[in-house]
Amino acid sequence: MINLYEQQKRNLNRTALFLAGFVLFLALLGLGADAFLYGSGGSPGFPVCTLGALLFGGLSAWWSVRGGDQAVLQSASARPVDRSNPKERVFDDVVEEMAIASGNPKPAVYVIPDPDPNAFATGSGPRKASIAATAGLLEALNREELQGVVGHEMSHVRNYDIRVMTVVAALAGAVLLLSDWGRRALWWGGGRRSDRDRGGGSGAAAAIFFVVWLVSIILAPIVTQIIALAISRQREYLADASGAELTRNPLALASALEKIDAAVEPTRAIKQGIAHLCIADPRGRAVNDRESGWANLFATHPPIAKRIALLREMGYRVATS
Amino acid sequence: MGALGGCLFLIVALAVFAAIWAIWRYNNLVSLKYQVANAWKQIDVQLKRRHDLIPNLIASVKGEMQFEQDTLQKVIQARNTAVAARGVADTAEKENALTQTLSRLFALAENYPTLKANESVRGLMEELSSTENKIGFARQFYNDIATRFNTAQQIFPDSLIAQTFKFQPVELYEIKDEAEREVPKVDLSVRP
Repeated sequence: MINLYEQQKRNLNRTALFLAGFVLFLALLGLGADAFLYGSGGSPGFPVCTLGALLFGGLSAWWSVRGGDQAVLQSASARPVDRSNPKERVFDDVVEEMAIASGNPKPAVYVIPDPDPNAFATGSGPRKASIAATAGLLEALNREELQGVVGHEMSHVRNYDIRVMTVVAALAGAVLLLSDWGRRALWWGGGRRSDRDRGGGSGAAAAIFFVVWLVSIILAPIVTQIIALAISRQREYLADASGAELTRNPLALASALEKIDAAVEPTRAIKQGIAHLCIADPRGRAVNDRESGWANLFATHPPIAKRIALLREMGYRVATS
Repeated sequence: MGALGGCLFLIVALAVFAAIWAIWRYNNLVSLKYQVANAWKQIDVQLKRRHDLIPNLIASVKGEMQFEQDTLQKVIQARNTAVAARGVADTAEKENALTQTLSRLFALAENYPTLKANESVRGLMEELSSTENKIGFARQFYNDIATRFNTAQQIFPDSLIAQTFKFQPVELYEIKDEAEREVPKVDLSVRP
């Protein structure tokens, strides 16, 4: 069992690693496009596409860390908590309690007007974070269960999960967009290239590079998606465990997850793009129920039954130790 | 440059290395010390909040609960002694006594439906129970940090630095009361 400080450091390192990986990938996409331009004779003399792709990726990552949380909250039509409503007041208090338990400043608190129970955290780190819950969640859970859920979200904040997820989402988006443009460029320029550039001097090496580029452009959307989802699933188990460390009450989170699971309706206010941020998959799919093979590869969350089982085991150990 | 020069170089290098290590560990201890102070301040803020809330609560339930004068009086008394408490252990003890009298008051208030229906009383009660939770979590955080600080002072070779610069272990915020410490017993044995 690694402790939380190592966990935080790992997350920060991992963010750097992912940034590097995505930057390389973007550079590859750009380089391929440049080689393509050069081959077809339309090159302006410097790697314009490579620089463009890197700039685009960098800007979108920077922009997402700076203002991504507001975009996410807006897309879920979240509004600031209203303390005159008793339920929301309890929620606001619980967030402050968990912030104290984790030794962090209190995040901004938002409510999403949606009857399906769900919650998520977003932001760029403990100093700039927001926690949002649906009205349905506040309605369905008692105070202890709510504390479990908020503890889970608070540990996403504390472990810098929210930053990892924000950056990964932004870069995955950039890769998606650029590979899409690449494919379109191929579609339009493909004919011209084939009749002019057959007997090119650099031959085999260029051809291999071209094939690699082609394959990566085609696979880019799927690969980035799978990587982003894998990171997301890993985070959920960790947040369950360290959230329980905050509340010292894993059973409350287990029973909260049971209630969330029982509400099979999809959370309509939460769009596909931010599914990986939520405590349970807002799409309300059957994928939540099993962990195997292909279904698992495309799920944003581990199966709820398995999370509940792990939490109950944790609760048993707390009770007997 | 002879053997003497080499030796000298080695000694200087070791001394520089030791100095850098000492500074690094010393800074670590100082940083922990301030974290402990900060965690204690978190508890203090919440305790003050509770002290401020209690007179308001008493004032608003006094009319309805006039047959519970004894309990109300005890709450006020416990609050006043808690306000005067100094130091970690003393504060812990007196605040615990206050928590007990308050929970007795809350339990009694359950018998008064008109109180529970009262908007402002309900608000105060939520505020107080949230403050109670915050005290609990702040205590948990303080104890974690304080334990880390105390451990860092004991571990060799950091203990050398701690002794040289006279770092003192800090007190934990402990619950002395037996009733609160008691683990609920669950009997799972099957009897005929």
